[in-house]
Amino acid sequence: MSYGFKGRVLRSSAVLALASALATPVMAEEIFYVSGAVGNAVENFKTLVKPWEEATGNTVTLVPMPASTSDQFGQYRLWLAAGATDIDLYQTDVIWAPQLADHFVDLSEAAKDLAPQHFPSIIQSQTVNGKLVALPIFTDAPALYYRKDLLDKYGVAVPTTWDELTAAAQKIQDGERAAGNADFWGYVWQGNAYEGLTCNALEWIKSFGGGQIVEPDGTISVNNPNAVKALETAKGWVGTISPEGVLAYQEEEARGLWQTGNAAFMRNWPYAYGLGNGDDSAVKGKFAVATLPKGTADDTSAATLGGWNVAVSKYSKHQDIAISLALYLAGPEAQKQRAIAETNLPTIVALYDDADIAAAAPIIPQWKEVFLNAVPRPSAPTLGKYNEVSSKFWSAVHETLSGNGSAADNLEVLESDLTELKGSAW
Amino acid sequence: MTSANTAGSTGNGLSLHQQRQKAAFWFLAPMLAALFCVAAWPLMRTVWFSLTDTSLNDLYGGKWIGFDNYLSVRTLASGKVIYRGTLVDPAWWNAVWNTVRFSVVSVLCETVLGLMVALVLNAEFRGRGFVRAAILIPWAIPTIVSAKMWAWMLNDQYGIINDMALRLGLITDKVAWTANSDTAMYAVLMVDIWKTTPFMALLCLAGLQMVPRDIYEAAKIDGIHPVKVFFRITLPLIRPALMVAVIFRMLDALRVFDLIYVLTPNSKATKTMSVISRENLIDFDKFAYGSAQSTLLFVILAVFVLLYIWLGRVDLSGDGGK
Repeated sequence: MSYGFKGRVLRSSAVLALASALATPVMAEEIFYVSGAVGNAVENFKTLVKPWEEATGNTVTLVPMPASTSDQFGQYRLWLAAGATDIDLYQTDVIWAPQLADHFVDLSEAAKDLAPQHFPSIIQSQTVNGKLVALPIFTDAPALYYRKDLLDKYGVAVPTTWDELTAAAQKIQDGERAAGNADFWGYVWQGNAYEGLTCNALEWIKSFGGGQIVEPDGTISVNNPNAVKALETAKGWVGTISPEGVLAYQEEEARGLWQTGNAAFMRNWPYAYGLGNGDDSAVKGKFAVATLPKGTADDTSAATLGGWNVAVSKYSKHQDIAISLALYLAGPEAQKQRAIAETNLPTIVALYDDADIAAAAPIIPQWKEVFLNAVPRPSAPTLGKYNEVSSKFWSAVHETLSGNGSAADNLEVLESDLTELKGSAW
Repeated sequence: MTSANTAGSTGNGLSLHQQRQKAAFWFLAPMLAALFCVAAWPLMRTVWFSLTDTSLNDLYGGKWIGFDNYLSVRTLASGKVIYRGTLVDPAWWNAVWNTVRFSVVSVLCETVLGLMVALVLNAEFRGRGFVRAAILIPWAIPTIVSAKMWAWMLNDQYGIINDMALRLGLITDKVAWTANSDTAMYAVLMVDIWKTTPFMALLCLAGLQMVPRDIYEAAKIDGIHPVKVFFRITLPLIRPALMVAVIFRMLDALRVFDLIYVLTPNSKATKTMSVISRENLIDFDKFAYGSAQSTLLFVILAVFVLLYIWLGRVDLSGDGGK
């Protein structure tokens, strides 16, 4: 636990390095960019930054991290607390801004021309006390992936409520298993006890009209009959239309089952669209996406707002170069490339009307509708305590899904835990 | 420099024993300095942090708050008394219980299995050297790698364990080993036992090879049953080596982290003391609280070792024998 000691050493060496950098003329630098590795992001990164590398003469090295956002956060927090100079840019989750704001450079001045081109709500989510902590590079909102061919085969319509989804998934699963595929499942999603379960469960609860765990004004709303109903519905899937192992699945495990053709429905982020249509995919051309189902016909669909941003470390030795890279990655050129190669949703409004994107990834203009239904996680009202709130929430949900206690009991305990955590104010 | 001076001028005034002690000190000094930097200093820092309200965003801004991270008692205006802190945190005690359960079961299984393996390896047979080397492979693989490997093998849909068990007819449905809170602990135990049995076997084997062969020959001539030989001769003679092996393993098991962090990171059924303190230290904004848990972990380990040494009369001095 000697981070403090290490931090002091690192910081003083950062000062020295900065001084020497100022003394010598500008030369080509190697910039380190750290990001979680999901799908084909690592392979695509080289192509993505090439134009910037050629224009500036600098090189970028990607430091890949585990796909789990919770794992990334832990590591980044350590590096930043120690004032590590090794990493210049961090790819940050949409929920991290309030927790890591102190360690990043304020980008509002550098991005004063670029920022207004983005969706204002996303820029807002990355602004903490007037400081623009990170620039959005793509946004994320999950959707329901469904197998067109199987829906046609069994004469099922695209489900709009969770009950319809349950019935359709069961019907297709029974049919496919009878046809000889014993490993076929109706619906796969992310049930591991981690941030992704918070996203999934927030969608169930919100789409049943059960609020969003902690409301924007800070009220804890999670313990209500609609939320109980939502969790009971989801619990009914485990072991019936979803494998029991779904309680250990993250995005990539769900995609693995889906992309090998062993699932009828999947809840996942847009990145799975491009990969599902890859040449090595068993479901290529056989699937489409829709907005996630809702509780009853009167409710509205909900999709958790995800998305990734780029932040410049305060401890970087090459801040100016790093800022230039951040502006490039958040700019129209890089976002367009990402949209086409990785089906990542742009955060620049104008790109939704771009003809090239519409031709290469026809899904993206359609996704605008999903995105408009997006619900933010309660990271803004809960500030520095968000991770603990999320952890308590996903634990309560995971317990419920595993059959340890009823939804009503677990949510009641959760409410009291959150109230205690909140104290007098978040 | 001082050592050279004193050795030169007063060398004759010191007895040989004193001179050797002096030399030994200077040989040990670099190691003591290194130990102070990497063990004692961080430990002291952690204890200090646990008595403050430090957060990871500002490591130098913590204020002294006494023992509130461990236990604080507040009396409300209504007269109701509330207890807060690690010592009354059910999540912490759940982790303590998990750790103890994990340690006892894994070390017990590893000791028994390790001893069995060692007895086999102690016998003379062709290719013994090769088998001895081969059996060490699980121990040689870094834990992160073996944990990830097992995570894939234990995967419910494409894992090889489920596939084999299904084909053999041991199970009828695929089991979600790491997802199900009933089987998560078994999965973790299985991997740990697989990984560390070779270590125990090696230490037991070292003990076995110290046992003089002629005792066995005498027992054989007297016609003693092999089981009796094992319990009356082998076990008592390798007990000192076995006790040291168990203490090493126990210390390792009580602070288990990497295996569980990779296999079942957030499952309440397997969260150990190390896992929960890391969670508070880094994931949550509770650096000081996590430091308090780390300190408690250290205290628990220290108490355990003292108890073990006292109860087992383990001789760690290196003089051998009793």
